Amino acid sequence: MSDQTLRDFAATTPMPDMGEVVPWTPLTKPLSECRVAIVTTAALHVAGDEGFNPDDPSYRVLPSNRRDLVLGHWSPNFDRSGFVADLDVVYPIDRLEELAAEGAIGSVAPHQYAFAGNQEDTLTGIRLDSGPHVARLLRDDDVDVVLLTPV
Amino acid sequence: MCVLARVFEEAGLSTVALVSVRGVAEQLPPPRGLYGAFPLGRPLGKPNDPAFQHDVLRRAFALLGRPEGPVLEDHPEVIESDRAPLACPMPPRYDPNVPEAVDEARGLRHAYDRTLARRGVTSIGRVLTADQVPDALAVLAAVADGADWKAAGFIGDPVQTCHDIRTYYEEAALALADATPEAGQGEAWFYEQTAAGRTLLAARAQMREQEAPFQIWLYMARATR
Repeated sequence: MSDQTLRDFAATTPMPDMGEVVPWTPLTKPLSECRVAIVTTAALHVAGDEGFNPDDPSYRVLPSNRRDLVLGHWSPNFDRSGFVADLDVVYPIDRLEELAAEGAIGSVAPHQYAFAGNQEDTLTGIRLDSGPHVARLLRDDDVDVVLLTPV
Repeated sequence: MCVLARVFEEAGLSTVALVSVRGVAEQLPPPRGLYGAFPLGRPLGKPNDPAFQHDVLRRAFALLGRPEGPVLEDHPEVIESDRAPLACPMPPRYDPNVPEAVDEARGLRHAYDRTLARRGVTSIGRVLTADQVPDALAVLAAVADGADWKAAGFIGDPVQTCHDIRTYYEEAALALADATPEAGQGEAWFYEQTAAGRTLLAARAQMREQEAPFQIWLYMARATR
């Protein structure tokens, strides 16, 4: 029994119907001028912040200077030892800082965001409420590109 | 994550998603996705390998240059989970009057503390503190021996209790192992080689026998255990 078993199972769970058309926002300037943010669905949160419940549509703010992050996802079905050894294997904040320092990206956003992924419902709260809200917060921070990381 | 990618893209942000389950991304395509056949829980592939992580990011950001989408590509490297248990020196039996798992957890406290000092943070704390891990294992040991799980004195929700116990062990293991564990090694070590893991699985089997709710006993351990 392996990750493949779990991947096969995950692909059989019901998906929300979001229509046939996949939205597309073209990048209109070089990546070297873009501000990049991470949005992770690994249910990370700053130590001391409230954790996530299963099927929790809310989000947590991860200030870009914080590394004292807790992995709060409910599922026991994925590896956590990688995260314990190296935060960046889930949340590549140091790699982004390096890309900004060498000029490959313009800058790293001041706030990153975390949701709890792998939810077993229609995700209505995230689609209609917390997701669009975080999109506005990202735009308020002049973010151009969002890197989404799962767990 | 595929849902969020679409929500953000609709709001005028350009997104690129690191995809861990290709079958989901095929059914609900994100605008731009890079699938990595890496162990679940390691979306950047390899811990403590900045060069590899940069390679993943370079390939992901390259998708931003595509004129149209959706686009879903594969990272060329496949990383298997190594399921040989981590080689980890364990503390000797110290107090024969307590269950083996309780004794073991007490003996691992220094290792746990070393990892905490190095990382500055712990993922324990859903329902237990590190101090309460041995007590929680005493409860699991009683359930494994046939005690009624509802009256056994769980300190918090059994699923969250088991999360905290496994976290304690995985954080302690990092201080005891020579190298960064391969994916699956820590899990195999915990469930197969520690008294805590064996006790947890035995308690879980007992709770299934006692007809505890499916959502409780199943999620006390990895579904494939």
